Amino acid sequence: MALAVNDLKVWYRTVRGDVKALDGVTFEVADGEIMGIAGESGCGKTTLGKALIRLDTRMRHVGGSVVLDDVELPLADDGAMRRHRYREVSLIPQYAMSAMNPTRKIGRMIRDLLSAHNVRYADVLPELERRLELVGLDAEVLGRYPIELSGGMKQRVVLVLSTLLNPSLLVGDEVTSALDVSSQKAVARALVEFRDHGFVRSMIVITHDISVLFQVADTILVMYAGHLAEKAPAKTIISQPLHPYTKMLIGALPKVGDRYEEQQLEGIEGRPPSLLEPPAGCRFRDRCPLVHDKCAEAPPFRKVAEGHHVACWAVS
Amino acid sequence: MRGYLARKTLVYGVTFVVAVTLNWLIPRLMPGDPVQRMVARAAVQHPETIASMTEYYERTFGLDLPIWQQYLNYWAALFRGDLGTSVWLFPTPVSQVVLDAVPYTLGIMIPAILLSFVVGNSVGAMAARSRWLDNVALPVGYLITAMPYMWLAILLAWGFGVALGWFPVAGGYDFGLVPQWSWSFAGDLLQHWVLPFLSLFLVSLGGWAIGMRNLIIYELESDYANYLAALGAPRRLIRQYAFRNAMLPQITGLALQLGTILGGALVTEIVFAYPGLGKLVLSAIQNQDFFLLQGTLLFVVIGVLLANFVIDIVYVLVDPRTRTGLTGGTA
Repeated sequence: MALAVNDLKVWYRTVRGDVKALDGVTFEVADGEIMGIAGESGCGKTTLGKALIRLDTRMRHVGGSVVLDDVELPLADDGAMRRHRYREVSLIPQYAMSAMNPTRKIGRMIRDLLSAHNVRYADVLPELERRLELVGLDAEVLGRYPIELSGGMKQRVVLVLSTLLNPSLLVGDEVTSALDVSSQKAVARALVEFRDHGFVRSMIVITHDISVLFQVADTILVMYAGHLAEKAPAKTIISQPLHPYTKMLIGALPKVGDRYEEQQLEGIEGRPPSLLEPPAGCRFRDRCPLVHDKCAEAPPFRKVAEGHHVACWAVS
Repeated sequence: MRGYLARKTLVYGVTFVVAVTLNWLIPRLMPGDPVQRMVARAAVQHPETIASMTEYYERTFGLDLPIWQQYLNYWAALFRGDLGTSVWLFPTPVSQVVLDAVPYTLGIMIPAILLSFVVGNSVGAMAARSRWLDNVALPVGYLITAMPYMWLAILLAWGFGVALGWFPVAGGYDFGLVPQWSWSFAGDLLQHWVLPFLSLFLVSLGGWAIGMRNLIIYELESDYANYLAALGAPRRLIRQYAFRNAMLPQITGLALQLGTILGGALVTEIVFAYPGLGKLVLSAIQNQDFFLLQGTLLFVVIGVLLANFVIDIVYVLVDPRTRTGLTGGTA
């Protein structure tokens, strides 16, 4: 088991109280698994991604644990966490376009970062150049400044840089969101390739765009309002979703062959609840067509089939 | 790079011509007639004497010629290094008067600007990482910056000069001394130098410190800093990057300050009666000395242009983002 997250709670401290962005999530990611996390804005998926590598100053680790390769990560202790970053857990941030220092040549920045990890640049250079080539970049980009690259190029440089020390877990947050469709495809393919080459053992790919997950993910985890809704192999999520939220999410995607002049593309009515004072019980119940009395109690995240977990009372 | 240099040189050349022209024109638009003034100073009553004196002075200063010829003569003389003769200190050449004043101005301005830049930025950078220092440095910085400069200067002169009596309050050196190469004279110069320097140093210190603190905090919140932290980079590396990037706007600020290096000490030199260029400008205006005013302002203009030119070049070397513009974006 590469990653085991157990009842993880990470809240944001605000003047109006704690925002319970991640309120008790439990899941596992296997060796070699690419797990996609989907959900709408504010469901806690980015918070989850950040919690695994670096809490920002407003985030607070309230409870639960994260175990990576049988070692518990000291999430709340920034100094202790530093030893795990990059070598064990690495990140492709949401803001890959501006992730590199604009006034340092890319190669120079990588050299600085590596020497901070006691790795000699010259030792890694051949591998670095090989991987750049693998994602379709010339080794010459190392002598360039970030502004001299296109968005897609920067995204690929960040991918190579983030995975250079072969981390056990890579968290990719909205890796493809800022790219056009053809670059999206190239980056998605590169992610899978990197896993296949063993540059990264397991991956968590966070996105609001489920169609991207179909291309890269082995399993998909659907989140809603700081809770888990459903986790299943990617195919199952598309073909046999069980949670009503997942069903509606899939139903909101356009399908090839459907004619939308005749038929409206469906959205999901209503909005997620405030996470400042979230209601007890199932958090989806205000928008759920299957709502009944039992929903006032929070549903457990139950296993319904091999590798298929759902948190819903209506699913038996 | 060559094309960039050529373009910059052209721009600065045109600016220089325009500035020199204005510089020649403006004193002539001032009310009053310097020749009349000189004649009046001689205190002669006889009309013929007055007429011949007027004629003599006008010929000496070239004021009897048509205006366009005066302008051309001015340029011609400029290239010979001849800035004319001072009216106020007649018959000392303007270049002599100006060159005598330049060391005093540079002597207080360069150390004040550079030291306040270095110290201010260091304090600001330290304040950005220490809450304790931040709580002390920030209010003090705001206080110094917000204080009217004149008042600060007078306060220093009163406190250290009059009340404590540590330093003299006026002049470049003691009036009883004759300028010479000796230890006692150098010591005296230094004593007179302290207060004008200190006032200029203090007044720009707060601005640099506050600016640097804010810039560093901004840089530490930036995406690249967050990314580096997520990849386990030590705080030292992130700070180093942030400091380097925060320095860029500060260098622009330094350029602007250096540009004012020759003319900027006007108030200081007046408050402390310091014999630099600023005081010269004032005297030239008060005495309607066209040529001295022209000559002094010319030095100021040359100073501004040179400083800006140098900084343009330095900026290209330190910030790659300005470089793409000049290569025409070959990337």
